[in-house]
Amino acid sequence: MKQSDPTETFRQEAQDVLEQLEQSLLDLGDSLEDLELIDSAFRALHTIKGSGAMFGFTEVAEFVHEFETAFDRVRKGDTAPSDALVSVSLDAKDHIALLIAEPATHAAAGIKILNQLRVIVGTDTACDQQKAPADASAITLETAPAPQPNGWAIRFKLPKDALSLGANPALLLDELRELGPCTVRANIDDIPNLETLDPEVCFISWDVQLQGDCSRSAVEEVFLFVQDGMELEISPLTTERENLNLPSKIEATEVIEEKIELPSKRDDTPNPTTRGSSSLRVAAERLDELLDHVGELVIAQARLSQISEDSRNSSLMGVTEEIERLSAGLRDITMGIRMVPIGTLFNRFRRLVHDLSSELGKNVEFATSGEQTELDKTVIESLADPLVHIIRNAIDHGLESPEDRIAAGKQEQGTVRLAAAHEGAEVAISVSDDGAGLNVDRIRQKAEETGLITSDSLISDGELNRLIFNPGFSTAKEITSVSGRGVGMDVVSRTMDALRGRIDVSSQPNNGTTVTLRLPLTLAIIDGMLVRVGCNRYSIPLSAVEECVELPAEVAENARGRNFLSIRGELVPFLRLRELFGTQEPEELHQKVVIVSTGEQRMGLVVDQILGNTQTVIKSLSRLHANIETFAGATIMGDGAVALILDVVQLMRSAQHLENRLRDEKKGQAA
Amino acid sequence: MTRMINEMDDTPATEVMRALTLELGDEIFAIEATSVREIQDIVPVTEVPNAQAFVSGLINVRGRVVPLADLRVKFGMDRRAANADTRIVVFEITLDNEPVIVGILADRVHTVTDIALSAVEQPPNVGMRWRPEFVRGIAKHDDKFIIIPNLGAIFSSTLTQPKELETEGRN
Repeated sequence: MKQSDPTETFRQEAQDVLEQLEQSLLDLGDSLEDLELIDSAFRALHTIKGSGAMFGFTEVAEFVHEFETAFDRVRKGDTAPSDALVSVSLDAKDHIALLIAEPATHAAAGIKILNQLRVIVGTDTACDQQKAPADASAITLETAPAPQPNGWAIRFKLPKDALSLGANPALLLDELRELGPCTVRANIDDIPNLETLDPEVCFISWDVQLQGDCSRSAVEEVFLFVQDGMELEISPLTTERENLNLPSKIEATEVIEEKIELPSKRDDTPNPTTRGSSSLRVAAERLDELLDHVGELVIAQARLSQISEDSRNSSLMGVTEEIERLSAGLRDITMGIRMVPIGTLFNRFRRLVHDLSSELGKNVEFATSGEQTELDKTVIESLADPLVHIIRNAIDHGLESPEDRIAAGKQEQGTVRLAAAHEGAEVAISVSDDGAGLNVDRIRQKAEETGLITSDSLISDGELNRLIFNPGFSTAKEITSVSGRGVGMDVVSRTMDALRGRIDVSSQPNNGTTVTLRLPLTLAIIDGMLVRVGCNRYSIPLSAVEECVELPAEVAENARGRNFLSIRGELVPFLRLRELFGTQEPEELHQKVVIVSTGEQRMGLVVDQILGNTQTVIKSLSRLHANIETFAGATIMGDGAVALILDVVQLMRSAQHLENRLRDEKKGQAA
Repeated sequence: MTRMINEMDDTPATEVMRALTLELGDEIFAIEATSVREIQDIVPVTEVPNAQAFVSGLINVRGRVVPLADLRVKFGMDRRAANADTRIVVFEITLDNEPVIVGILADRVHTVTDIALSAVEQPPNVGMRWRPEFVRGIAKHDDKFIIIPNLGAIFSSTLTQPKELETEGRN
């Protein structure tokens, strides 16, 4: 691994903080009076400014400064928070991200944003403030303690670990110097003798006499970034030092201590100096590597199990069992590391909805549920794009304009709901709107125009709805900047194919549309049930298996008739895998049926033999076999041979089609 | 692949292609040795139901599931049962800009040899039994004709071709 680049660290942390800022701003947009949110936004801005300056992103620091000042004013009640402020701050957040990504290329855009800000917070006349940070106090004049014309006496000592956490006293002193002329005296009394000196610990404390017209809070702000655990005394500087009265000094210290408490009490900002060792940033590739190795281990372990069973050596079998237990544990932990709550993804869409609703002039409420639902990290990342397209569609096409909504007797405010939930062995992520619903006639008309279906084809509404996921299919009369080109839904459909997921669309006229993405819960390693059909072995994901029964002789015999099985009084359709796979070998006398379910539906799979459970490491099939839908992938078994993994959902669908076709044929014969 | 052919045209006669020669049916094929990863004895092949005959199987290559292709299908040759000489040549090709590891069956693997590019000729447009796009060139080497297959074209053709045994309509 390469040495960590401090700039890179800053970029990563800035990204976190910016996300935090965005969330705070969006929350603030919902409840303008929430002081904690203003504080949180302010802290985020301050962190970016401070660390930006520290890592040489002066452009960022200068840009952020004015926003920080604005939020400081809001924090102190001088300016009322407004939607306009939130909106311009969101723009600013994007601009900051740009400045960090590509320094020195976006200055012009920043000036525009700053001008907007000045109009909003009413500092229009004080355009030159940006250049002189000392003037920050001018704004806070009314409520901040009256500035002392004589300045301040500041004594500070950094916490022991401050240097190793990246604080630089020289920079702090520089910042103080910016506030006014300073006399700095270093206090070296605490420095131990050389033998006991730890070079990474800061033993020096400083006395600074700051001459200048600035507020106490301006001085405090210098230390905001490092204040946890430090000793800081700020007292008014009078012309004669001995006049410095003790009570006021103590008071000052108390005020500071109170301030110091604040961030930790409601700390939700990742503050670089306080970030503990409880979590660790790890490159995703290393997790992938780990998972690969665990996968190999599981395969090797399966082989070992087989060998030890054949050997009938009891001590070998004991060890093997132990290893089996350990590798299963290791597997679960590894998979667990990669699981991330989907809420991290949901948060990103709040911004999208916010922007779209103002862009399209629609009043949209965005509701989410099931944020805690966990999914593999890579899956979550690849879901971002499809969800963007679906949500855009919901707002642009799904929701009607406010006038139309009122005309239809609905609330003016439309709702877009994003929900995630576990359903059996799948995770279902749904986007629903309470808009007009899909226009089935229009879809049909469009599909006929583009030749997707013929005018006489009988097709259910559900299947029609699914046509919107075809490439280039759009029913929008006009192409807006948001959607209508028919590309987005195709992206959704391709991503879902790649993730072995599927899409359901349901729509009710005037009640809205729900698009549900269903994804397999597990990605890399699953428990499988190994079965044999002919001379080939197949693995069925155990999570989908409900039970196994013997195929009753009478059902087996009248084979070509109805393919239904009675399971405790319920009729369950079954599929003969040998027919589907075109197996030539003679069938076993007593066939078995594996009953699988996908949540709401059940189905039987007729196999020749059930071989038992195995740990199945899913290896995806190459592009050469991508068009064969009945398999979710392949795995390597204990003896080194390859077994295919059945895709239960796809099989269920094929069974459905097979049934429909049989029914249609029968109808045809009858007619 | 077109790039390769251009190179052949431009380069001086001394340029050679290091190739692995193998036998399929009665013909000798040459594939570029640099793309070959390994040569295996025949291993148990898992049949993929409803797959195209050209790539009907899967094999385990060092813990990796690799499709096993049979060039004889694309060149209209009879498929022989495996015998002691049968080998699997594992190599890497690029399909749709993604590297894919595949295995092909060979009735017999000969040797690694240098084929002078000057001895490689474009496949004739007439009088050839095979689809011209599947052949990159034909070389004369040691008084024998060696077919240089266009593996990229051969494997890509399976991506676009619909499956031979249509089971169910796509949704």
